[in-house]
Amino acid sequence: MSVTLAIFLIVAGLLTYVLIRYRQRRQDSEREPAQIYGSNQIELSWTVIPILIVVMLFLSTTRVILETEAAPKPEGALDVTVIGHQFWWEYRYPKLGVVTANELHIPVSDPAKPTPTYLGLASADVSHSFWVPRLAGKTDLIPNRLNTMWVDPEAPGLYLGQCAQYCGTQHAKMLLRVYAQSPADFAEWIKQQQRPVAQDFSGNAAAAEGQTVFMHSACINCHSIAGTVATGRFGPDLTHLASRDTIGAGPIQNTPQNLRQWIADPNSIKPGVLMPSMHLDDHDLDVITAYLTKLH
Amino acid sequence: MTNGHPVLEAIDHTLEVKNRPPLNRASEWVSTVDHKKIGLMYIAYALVFLIIAGLQAVLMRIQLAVPNNHFVSPQVFNRLFTMHGTTMVFFVGMPILFGFGNYLVPLMIGARDMAFPRLNAFSFWISAFGGVLLYFSYLGGEGLYGAGSAPDVGWFAYAPLTAKAFSPGHSTDYWTLAILLSGIGTTGTALNIVTTTICMRCKGMKMSRLPLFVWLMLVTSGLVFVAVSPLTAAQIMLTLDRYLGAHFFDTQAGGSAVLWMHFFWIFGHPEVYILVLPAFGFVNEIIPVFSRKAIFGYPAMVAASVGIGFISLSVWAHHMFTVGLGPAGNTFFVFATMVISVPTGIKIFNWLATLWGGKIIFRVPMMFCVAFLFQFLIAGLTGIMLSAAPFNWQLSASYFVVAHFHYVLVGAILTSLFGAFYYWYPKAIGRMMSETLGRWHFWLFIIGFHLTFDFMHVPGLLGMPRRIYTYEAGRGWEWWNLIVGIGAAFQVAGILCFVWNLLRSYYHGEPAGNDPWDAWTLEWATPSPPPAYNFAVEPTVFSRRPLWDLKHPEDQDENYE
Amino acid sequence: MMQTASTIPVAAPDRPPWVLPHRGIVGMTCLIIAESAIFIIFVIAYIYYIGKSLSGPTPAQVLELPILGTVCLLSSSFTIHFAVSSLRKANFRGCTLGVTGTVLLGAIFLMTTAREWYHLIHDFGLTIRTNLFGTTFYSLVGLHATHVAVGLTMLTIALALLLSGRLRQTHADRLEVLSLYWHFVDGVWVVVFLVVYVLER
Repeated sequence: MSVTLAIFLIVAGLLTYVLIRYRQRRQDSEREPAQIYGSNQIELSWTVIPILIVVMLFLSTTRVILETEAAPKPEGALDVTVIGHQFWWEYRYPKLGVVTANELHIPVSDPAKPTPTYLGLASADVSHSFWVPRLAGKTDLIPNRLNTMWVDPEAPGLYLGQCAQYCGTQHAKMLLRVYAQSPADFAEWIKQQQRPVAQDFSGNAAAAEGQTVFMHSACINCHSIAGTVATGRFGPDLTHLASRDTIGAGPIQNTPQNLRQWIADPNSIKPGVLMPSMHLDDHDLDVITAYLTKLH
Repeated sequence: MTNGHPVLEAIDHTLEVKNRPPLNRASEWVSTVDHKKIGLMYIAYALVFLIIAGLQAVLMRIQLAVPNNHFVSPQVFNRLFTMHGTTMVFFVGMPILFGFGNYLVPLMIGARDMAFPRLNAFSFWISAFGGVLLYFSYLGGEGLYGAGSAPDVGWFAYAPLTAKAFSPGHSTDYWTLAILLSGIGTTGTALNIVTTTICMRCKGMKMSRLPLFVWLMLVTSGLVFVAVSPLTAAQIMLTLDRYLGAHFFDTQAGGSAVLWMHFFWIFGHPEVYILVLPAFGFVNEIIPVFSRKAIFGYPAMVAASVGIGFISLSVWAHHMFTVGLGPAGNTFFVFATMVISVPTGIKIFNWLATLWGGKIIFRVPMMFCVAFLFQFLIAGLTGIMLSAAPFNWQLSASYFVVAHFHYVLVGAILTSLFGAFYYWYPKAIGRMMSETLGRWHFWLFIIGFHLTFDFMHVPGLLGMPRRIYTYEAGRGWEWWNLIVGIGAAFQVAGILCFVWNLLRSYYHGEPAGNDPWDAWTLEWATPSPPPAYNFAVEPTVFSRRPLWDLKHPEDQDENYE
Repeated sequence: MMQTASTIPVAAPDRPPWVLPHRGIVGMTCLIIAESAIFIIFVIAYIYYIGKSLSGPTPAQVLELPILGTVCLLSSSFTIHFAVSSLRKANFRGCTLGVTGTVLLGAIFLMTTAREWYHLIHDFGLTIRTNLFGTTFYSLVGLHATHVAVGLTMLTIALALLLSGRLRQTHADRLEVLSLYWHFVDGVWVVVFLVVYVLER
């Protein structure tokens, strides 16, 4: 902020001047300098001027606060509910019937006809904070409380961030990936997410077997796959897992090897994550991985 | 030399001057109620914890020096930052500052001791026990290598992370109990300082003649009463939640996580003023002596200090701008926070005016105070930046905030503390500290400080949050973190010089005499170290600078008050 | 240069005598300020959570005005005041009566609290873990009762010293310090009474 820079230059400059000008020199007499105890006029002026600066700063700050927090919601705004978990992000698009995790897709906004995204922020456990610096300031996700914020990207691209409120062991790897897409691309993505889950694995024996193994194992207690018996809410929704770039809330790429290692032992990638190792044998790991990589 | 002064002569004749406080009589130290010994114990205790917490910081910086590092596990790292913060605030900052207060306040007001010497001793020992308890936690749980049960919830321990459901072990309990004990000790000391200042001043020492350090300890102690108690209350509530099934912060039962935040920061913000006001006190005493001028604007300095104390009670939710308090709430706290910059600025200007027209002597205590002035200015300005809520929405919980508060805690408070050490060590020990080693200490530490904390602002601006044990490559944070780590090495070197100086000077420092700095407040009218009873005859004072009056009978301060 | 005795500063006849406040009073005032801050936080928590319990009994359903306890506790402020002023006049019998009265009244207050809690727990099933009302009620009233108990302990010690003849007229200031604490405890009860029992009717 230029105001603070100006204040710094003036005061530090004065300080430097004083320290040089009034330093003790060898030829100085032993007499003490004139003792000056104060000056009402000077002290008054350096009280009044800072007060005026403060008032100025306060008024301009208030204006920005109101513009941000009290902004009216435009008609074309998109609603997304964000639910923070230890240590992943759940995204629900209530009016579009989409549920996903960890990678948020939103449309870019046209300044002429804005279509910002309004995020409703909630938490399933402890406090988190949603911070994508290039999109907006952060707002906290606090259990038993609903916060809202909006983002209004004008340029498409991938915006990175991460949880900004210490939430436990793996706070550091609760990453945010926000994909701002053109309206056409966004509509395409929504359609893909709204498609029913892949169920037909006639050409792929491993995936078919993987589906069976998955549905009979403890995975279904924590994870959901739409249209199946897997209806767990504790972990991320896996219906369209293969459409994501990363897994584990961002720290690793979504490749079959990484996925297999994650399922085998999540703590080897993200020590302290709440998903336990499933203690599956190699064969089960292979087929489940084959299944999950087919869930586009 | 006493110049025939009756008070000082009386002291010389009645006293067998020892040339440093005894170390070989442990029982004397354990059972003492002498404010000077208790003060020294507080300070020594705090220095030990300064080194421990400093090592914790070094370990963190090594882990963060490169992305995706595996130097420590996330569990260990989370305990490191929690313990670093908790130790530095409660077991370094508070004891060292109240230690100096304990030592100096009775001397500066011409009193024999504190008002309640036994309470003084009790306060020290219970505080000390709190620190021991906190570190005992490392041995709990899975023991030392699993980092035991050391607290890992962050030094502000937000709910509901601290609930039994999310923190099943005892880490939160160690945190709570250690701080509760420390809080009892602090409250006792504050009670002692207020009572001493009001009830035990020597004749003629009106409140308007108190040394500014004493005024600042008075305001600090007043803040302790109204700020530490809310934390005590909140911790009682947390313990009831964890052990009796209460629901104060239990969000599943309708409780509020935000309520914990309010209670904590109602404590937490005044707490940082409790830490910084004594630092102002040091600077208020040192700068005049080393510019050979009286402090400029004494009444304004008192008013500003009291004003800062009061306003600091109303700004707490600037730590909660991202919680969603709403525009009205946010705006109020923006205003209150910005307002506090006015009395703070007045202080800086008064210090500047004290220097103006003076004869500035750059001995080591003054060098640290000069560094303080520049560094505190910057810290205050980044604070003003953070007080603007929209800025805060980006920068809170990021390394920008970490840089800002370390700028205050290290750049202002610790720096002025170093100055205070060099200034008053001769009085307490009877020997001067080495000026050469002091300069090494100063330059190594200041270079390290700036390398670390200037550059630490940048990752914050680039989006790096705090309390993360590692980060991905490619975010642009790597080089900054590396430089920050290198700065830490310089600071370690500086501190080593300092500790070596303290120890060496105890045995080999030049004898100091009563008044090595040609200063003006009452503590310099006693021998170094002072006898147990401080003053043989209770002094009578007629102005704010009793020794100036004695040394300059033709131009006494009394004439100008 | 020898300075004469007249330069040794002594309270000169025209200077006012140097009188400073009593240590005990100032110290106790500081303690009261700190303790008030703790109570204020518990009161804030109580007020904040009014009406927010998700279940369980409400204050209106289970609380009755504690008239007897309140009258006893507030009267005990008068008895302790009487005790202190008696001691100042060396009226040891009056002081003993006053302190005994205070102890008895305080004990009755604690007993009424105990009875109330027994009634709440056994007849309504209200405990500290039942709901937000239970949490904030028991903690606030309990914190106050603890302070009453500490005060009663100190008063009993004072009574013992009085009865054994060790408490002298010169100790009146110290008894006053204790009475300050007791008045504080009464003052807190006034606030608790208003916030917990009156507000919810």
